[in-house]
Amino acid sequence: MNSENNLYINGREITIESEKNLLEVIRKANIDLPTFCYHSELSVYGACRLCLVDVEGRGINSSCSMKPEPGMKIKTHTKELRDIRKINIELLLASHKRECTSCVKSDSCKLLEIASKLGVEDVRFKQTLMNKGIDSSSPALIRDMDKCILCGDCVRACDEIQGIGVLDFAHRGSGAVVVPSFGKPLGEVECVDCGQCARVCPTAAITPKSDTKEVWDVLDDPEKYVVIQVAPAVRVSLGELFGYKDGENVTGQMISALKHLGFKKVFDTSFGADLTVLEEANEFLGRIESGEQLPLITSCCPAWVKYAEQYQPEFLGNLSSCKSPQGMVGALIKNTLPEKVNVDKKNIVSVSIMPCTAKKFEITRNSAEFKDVDYVLTVQELGRMIKEAGLVFGELEPESFDMPFGFKTGAGIIFGNSGGVAEAVVRHLSSNLNGADATVSDVIELRGINGIKRKRITVKDRQFNIAVVSGLKNAKELLNKIQSGEESYDFIEVMACPSGCAGGAGQPVTHNSETVAKRGKGLYETDKMLQLHNAHENPLIKDVYESFLKSPGSKIAHDLLHTHYKSRKRFEGGISLIQSGEEKKKISVCVGTSCFVKGSQKLLNRVVRHISVEGLSDEFEVSATFCAENCDKGPTVVVEGEIINHCSFDDLKKKIDTFRSE
Amino acid sequence: MNSLLDLNAIKTDYQNRAKNVTRRIIICAGTGCMASGALKISNEFKRVSTLMGVHIETELKKEENNYNLLTGSGCQGFCQMGPLVTIEPEGIFYVKVKPEDVSEIIIETVLNGKPVERLLYKGNISGKSCKTQQDINFYKKQTRKILADCGNINPEDIEEYISRGGYEAAQKAVTEMTSIDICREILNSGLRGRGGGGFPTGRKWLLAQKETNDKKYVICNADEGDPGAFMDRSVMEGNPHSVIEGMIIAASGIGADEGYVYVRLEYPLAVRRIKKAVEEATKLGILGDKIFGTDKRFTIHVMEGAGAFVCGEETALMASIEGKRGMPNPKPPFPAQSGLFGKPTIINNVETLASVPGIIKNGAAEYRSIGTKESPGTKTFALTGHVVNTGLIEVPFGTTLREIIFDIGGGVTDDEGNLDPEGFKAVQIGGPSGGCLTAEHLDLPLSFDSLISIGAMIGSGGLVVMNKNTCMVQVAKFFMQFTQNESCGKCVPCREGTKQMLSLLEDITEGDADEHTLEILFNLGLAIKKASLCGLGKTAPNPVLSLLGYFREEIETHVMQQRCPAKKCKSLLTPVVIEEKCKGCGLCIKKCPVGAIAGEKKQPHYINEALCIKCGACIEACRLDAISEGV
Repeated sequence: MNSENNLYINGREITIESEKNLLEVIRKANIDLPTFCYHSELSVYGACRLCLVDVEGRGINSSCSMKPEPGMKIKTHTKELRDIRKINIELLLASHKRECTSCVKSDSCKLLEIASKLGVEDVRFKQTLMNKGIDSSSPALIRDMDKCILCGDCVRACDEIQGIGVLDFAHRGSGAVVVPSFGKPLGEVECVDCGQCARVCPTAAITPKSDTKEVWDVLDDPEKYVVIQVAPAVRVSLGELFGYKDGENVTGQMISALKHLGFKKVFDTSFGADLTVLEEANEFLGRIESGEQLPLITSCCPAWVKYAEQYQPEFLGNLSSCKSPQGMVGALIKNTLPEKVNVDKKNIVSVSIMPCTAKKFEITRNSAEFKDVDYVLTVQELGRMIKEAGLVFGELEPESFDMPFGFKTGAGIIFGNSGGVAEAVVRHLSSNLNGADATVSDVIELRGINGIKRKRITVKDRQFNIAVVSGLKNAKELLNKIQSGEESYDFIEVMACPSGCAGGAGQPVTHNSETVAKRGKGLYETDKMLQLHNAHENPLIKDVYESFLKSPGSKIAHDLLHTHYKSRKRFEGGISLIQSGEEKKKISVCVGTSCFVKGSQKLLNRVVRHISVEGLSDEFEVSATFCAENCDKGPTVVVEGEIINHCSFDDLKKKIDTFRSE
Repeated sequence: MNSLLDLNAIKTDYQNRAKNVTRRIIICAGTGCMASGALKISNEFKRVSTLMGVHIETELKKEENNYNLLTGSGCQGFCQMGPLVTIEPEGIFYVKVKPEDVSEIIIETVLNGKPVERLLYKGNISGKSCKTQQDINFYKKQTRKILADCGNINPEDIEEYISRGGYEAAQKAVTEMTSIDICREILNSGLRGRGGGGFPTGRKWLLAQKETNDKKYVICNADEGDPGAFMDRSVMEGNPHSVIEGMIIAASGIGADEGYVYVRLEYPLAVRRIKKAVEEATKLGILGDKIFGTDKRFTIHVMEGAGAFVCGEETALMASIEGKRGMPNPKPPFPAQSGLFGKPTIINNVETLASVPGIIKNGAAEYRSIGTKESPGTKTFALTGHVVNTGLIEVPFGTTLREIIFDIGGGVTDDEGNLDPEGFKAVQIGGPSGGCLTAEHLDLPLSFDSLISIGAMIGSGGLVVMNKNTCMVQVAKFFMQFTQNESCGKCVPCREGTKQMLSLLEDITEGDADEHTLEILFNLGLAIKKASLCGLGKTAPNPVLSLLGYFREEIETHVMQQRCPAKKCKSLLTPVVIEEKCKGCGLCIKKCPVGAIAGEKKQPHYINEALCIKCGACIEACRLDAISEGV
């Protein structure tokens, strides 16, 4: 023990290792200081003022924002600190909608947990509620701002993990509130429904939208034949709600519970994942052959797909046209099951259990008469239904999935992890092209929690450049590098949630930072225990092709298993203020909020006036655009493709003059 | 080879030209005087002089002789007496000048050098006319260093600033001194931050100086937001070049090449003058790529803040410049290590920066000769409230409150504005972050540390004098309302805590408090002070804590006896009819919204206490003062 690197916590010595902040050191000393706003994966915010400690010589400070230094003497639970923490909780409770007995988050609310841990027995302050109302406009999420404690976790998650920034603070003082852009309802802004905001929310201010009532209704309807499919990542997380260890596989009990609830068939989305591997690999090889539309980018993740449509429509051609595994199983259910079970197609109800909130949006994408999937439930919702039905989960006799869409290989299971899709495709390609299965060592670098993983894989004499991304901010970074020519790939897997579906927002709420990794481990272990690891070895998949789909990429496979995308970018081109013409030089002035505040509107007016006064309207075309995404360097003007940041009227005039003199 | 900028030539040229001026008319063009019509006075001078054929110019001429010069100046501090007009070289000082006085001033003073008696200031006690500023107690008792040139020079003329030795200190710092020497000189001077905290400026600079980074920033914090404070505004309006010079020296001291002046949008005149000053300094090569003809670069951007009080907090201010929401971040890291855009940055208040040129020019020892050992130099205050002379003042540290209020301020007034020698009750110092001082503190020498020791702070320098008719609970409530509105809403203690403190204070003034209220208020105040994220929150409870400390009896009377001694809390009133005075006119019966007053005509009326809602309408209605506010 190197005593030069020690500090003292409540008089006890502890060594500083690689901890980023004092809070991590204190936690290492087995002291669980409460926090709302500290998440190791997000930036330090320092707002909840619960992790306060008394540092000798420096007074009271938040430990999350302090660097540990050798020799520091720290106290963590003086009377003063305990009083402050209690008062802070009381203050939060005084402005919180305290309907704990009927709140969806009551079993996992951090506010409730900390209040009880700290022994808050009385709220001495007046209850003040703003009655901000409930926002249920999103297909995936519900916002109840009277339960918000303004810890800012959602704001930072959306910005720092996903790079979207749909949420931010507005107003100040006690009127401060977290709102979607421009104060609009969440359903009307560029939210991708990933739910990472809900995942980090300590209270019920943002929660996944519940469809349990609708599902109970169809289960209660004797005319309906209700079937269900379960995503890979669900079986290793559902147990958390019933006292199982993190990452423990509870497939048997889960199926039994679903049968108890009244689902006629229980299928496995992993079957759809195996099918996806074959369809996607076929598509990939086709593109490699033609050299077009590369890299191929996966399309299993609905939040990523929506993100691409909104922000990167130029990459839509690169997206695999494959539906997600959920969509594939859904399409097979609706198109083959009626005949098999002799039920009218309109009475078949297809439900899925997903670790994901964005899947609730995905099923609304196609407006066909028969939706592939009618309802999506999150793991949280399934847990509530099992509890409501009174099932003693741990005591249920294990059962198995129904055939044919219940049989899968390990390839379909690992889809629930970041890197899983890429690994499954590599396994398939290597045996397809090489005749030998890829070894784990080839693909091990695709596993793990890193946000961007890169690997060059050689199969026979061919090389494939593969990237695996989780977190949309990482995706944006990678796509930018591809656009700038800095990096190039053949195949990219994108998952919106860090660590993939194991870290999805529909998973049980956890305040433990290791839970997600344990779920991921559970999936890899499940893969190991299965006999088959390669999607094309799945005999039931072979059957489906032989009897129904013919071959990967066939017409019918295309009709049922593939989809298409559309650009959802709100502003493209711009609004032309001086008539356009082909010969004209194009000037576009950004009037997005950031540039507007920095005076771009005035600049625009001046340049329009300048162009008409100088009689230059035959030579130049001026338009107003929205967000050139150079917000920190505004006002931004683009002249013939050249970006001018911090643009003043004089800069612009000079530019116009140079063009004229050419 | 670069040739150094020749300040001396500009200086001599200006002085030579100034010799040709017969008389100079200076009109105070500070915000206060502008509001009371200074612009009209200026226009009237131009109009009348043309009519009368009196030669008046508005700028110094190269060739001409024997003419009069008309210029504006920054705030002269005596805002309540504006518009102010001074005629040099006699220094004849006129107050409350109206357009119709202009022709007389021209004939008597401009042409003949004689004062117009009726426009001179008359002492409020002696009644004696004062011919020049130095005859007036308000000015005589001050030590104007930072404000020295504020009322004399034309703030929009860089050459006049240079003619008085301006930019010599900056030139010396840039061309002759090493960065470490500059920081040490400031450290030795003992200069402390005037924005409120009182942190030694030299220490701050040295922290940034020792950081190795290609990019560093200097920020001038001109986001003055305390209610009733206008010191920084006056300096920017009256002598913007002194601030810029301070920034150049600071930049030289830490090795920065870019600076920001972050100024409130609500200070349009200050914004205009500082922008103009930056422009003129750039034209002369004092700012820009080769400052003073050296290879050093320093540019200044003027950024307008949108009026959030919290943006005066340095980390929030930097967030605002970066285009983010103005919310503070935890310190450390300190701005000197990682500030604007993550680069080492020093942020100094306007007044701090304006003090810097003098220190470099005259040396740290000279600076230390004024003020106290721990708080050297002078401090400006905005003196307002129940005091005869309100305005902008500057005194050395160590001056007592008594000297400020009674000598400079001319004493305490009653609610009608008349001098009341016995009227003093308290002084609120440091605005919403400060506390109240009472009669027992009148002889305390003011300094950073003396005030902190009694639970107040210099803050940015607001001084609100309160007479004995002031309800201290209402004062605390006012400030709490302010901080509650201005809290950014980030951290829990400040956002939720100030709201609850305000609500507890409302309970007290509304008569809803009980014996627990004061205890909760006190404990909550302590928690907010200890636990808040930034300075705004940490100091927000000060007005209430000092109320609980120094006016315990008054607040307890509110709670226990449901009575407001100053009779300012309406809900605690118990209107009672004074039978001897009541003539039974019935007016109060008509005005009472709840029918709580009854009585026969021409007989004394009576108030039914059970029905009375204590709105005070009857008291206001009675023309005979026959209804008292009760005990």
